[in-house]
Amino acid sequence: MIEFKLPSLGADMEEGTLLSWQVQPGDSVKRGQVVAVVDTSKAAVDVEIWHDGVVHELLVQPGDKVPVGAVLATLLAVGEEAPARRPEAAPAALAQAVNAAGAPPARATERVPESGIIAVAARPPVSPLARRRARELGVDPDHVHGTGAQGSVTLADIEASVRVASAPARVIAATATAAPVAVTAVATPDRQSAMRQAIAAAMSRSKREIPHYYLSELIPMARALDWLQQFNAGRPITERVLSAALLLKAVAIALQRVPELNGFYREGQFEPSAAVHAGVAISLRDGGLLAPALHDVATKPIEQLMRELADLVKRARVGSLRSSEMSDPTITITNLGEQSVMSVLGVIYPPQVALVGLGGIDQRPWVEDGKVCARPLLCATLAADHRASDGHRGALFLAELRDLLQQPQALAAADSKAIKPGDPT
Amino acid sequence: MSTEREALMTTVVTLLSAIAPELEPQALEPARPLRGQLDLDSMDWLNFLLSLHQRFGVDIPEVDYARLVSLNDVVDYLQARA
Repeated sequence: MIEFKLPSLGADMEEGTLLSWQVQPGDSVKRGQVVAVVDTSKAAVDVEIWHDGVVHELLVQPGDKVPVGAVLATLLAVGEEAPARRPEAAPAALAQAVNAAGAPPARATERVPESGIIAVAARPPVSPLARRRARELGVDPDHVHGTGAQGSVTLADIEASVRVASAPARVIAATATAAPVAVTAVATPDRQSAMRQAIAAAMSRSKREIPHYYLSELIPMARALDWLQQFNAGRPITERVLSAALLLKAVAIALQRVPELNGFYREGQFEPSAAVHAGVAISLRDGGLLAPALHDVATKPIEQLMRELADLVKRARVGSLRSSEMSDPTITITNLGEQSVMSVLGVIYPPQVALVGLGGIDQRPWVEDGKVCARPLLCATLAADHRASDGHRGALFLAELRDLLQQPQALAAADSKAIKPGDPT
Repeated sequence: MSTEREALMTTVVTLLSAIAPELEPQALEPARPLRGQLDLDSMDWLNFLLSLHQRFGVDIPEVDYARLVSLNDVVDYLQARA
C-alpha cells in the first residue's frame, strides 16, 4: 500500500486545503499525473502523484485543511491486492490530520482566523471556509448543491459552481488566443493578504537564518543581443525567443560549473542538485509573487526554454501550477530589468542557497581599448548562502555567466558541453 | 475618427485586456506608451503581439517592435497592413 501525502509546495507552506480530487477509488494513475487540486496561501496547485498504481481510498475530503505530510489517499501498487476493509481507516486519517496539524493550532490561526475547519466532526451544512469563499465569489452558498458529508456544501462545491465561468478563461489564457479573458483566478483581497503573509514568513525566515553575501558583475550584452536579433529575424512571431530565455540558460550552465550555488541547505548541511530547476520569479498582476520551477534548464535548447517559460508565466498568472513546479526549484532567478532598474540584490528563498538577480539591459558607459564607449550592459548579481559557498566561488559563477553570454550561439544549443569553460570567444 | 479605425481600436483594447485584465478602456490614453500605462513586461508584450498576429493575421517582424509604442501606433500599423 502506498501512502500519497500532501507534498510541501514551497518553504512558506505548512498546510493546504484540498479543493478537489481528480481521481476516484479504483482509478489507475500514472506517475506525474495530476490527482488533486490543493489550495495554498499562494495559489491553487495541481498536485501530481509520484507512483503508478490504483487509487484505493481517498482519506481527505474537499474543503479539508491538512498539514504538509498528511496522507491524502492510499494507493495500491501495480498488481497489489486490496487489503481487507478496515472501517477505522477514515477516522484514523482524520485524527492524523488533526494531530499532525501541530498541537498548537496557533500557527494556523495566525494565517486564517477561521481555520477550525481541520476538525471535521459535526460539519455545518456550509463549512466556514466555503462560506467565506462564497462571499468572495459572490455566490449564495445556500443555493449550491453540497457533495460533502451529510450533504454539506464544501469549498469545492462553491468553486465548482463558478468554474463554468473560470474554466474557459484558463484554456483561453493558456493558448493565448485573442478572446478577452476574464481571469477569475483567485485574486481576492483575502488571497492577496494570505500571499503577502506567506512571502513575509519565507523572507523573514531567510533573513533570520541565511547568512547572505552579495556580488555583482557588469556583463556586456552586445553579442548576445545581436545574435538573438538574427536568430529571431527569420522566425515567425510564434517562435521568437526573448533574452530572458537565453539568460536562464546561461545561469543554468554557469551553475553546473559552480554547483555549490545550486541545491538545498537542509538540516545543517548543503545538498547539491545535479539538475538545475530554475525558480523563475513571476510577479502577479494584482500583487504578489510566485517562483515556480522551470525544470532541467541546462539541458534544454533555447526554443524549448522559451516555450516553457511563456507557458509557466501564463499558468502562474491564472493560478494553474503543478506541485513539482512549486516544490523543487534549486535556485531562484529574478529579472527586474523590465522596470529598468540597474540591479537587484535578492533575498534567498529557503531552503535554496542562492538567488541570481538580473537588472535591465541598457546602454551604459564601458571602457574598451582605453576608450569610453556606449554598450548594452546587464548588471547580474548573486545573493548566496555563506553556509554553502564563499565569495570566491560566487565570483567564479558570475565570471562564468559573463563569459557564457559572449558565446550565445553555443549557449542556445541543447548540449552545453560544447561550450569551452572560461573561453569568451 | 473613422468607424473603421474606431472598431480596430476597440478590438485592440479587447486584446490588451486579455493580458491586463484590470485595464479600464476609458482611462487608456491612446498617445501614451502602452507598456508603461499597463505595466506590461516583455512576455506580456510578446503575448499581445501574438494575439494581434492571431486576430489580424499580420506577422510583426522584430524590427517593427520599436514602432509600436502607443495604442495609436498599433492601430496605425494595423491599418497600414490590413
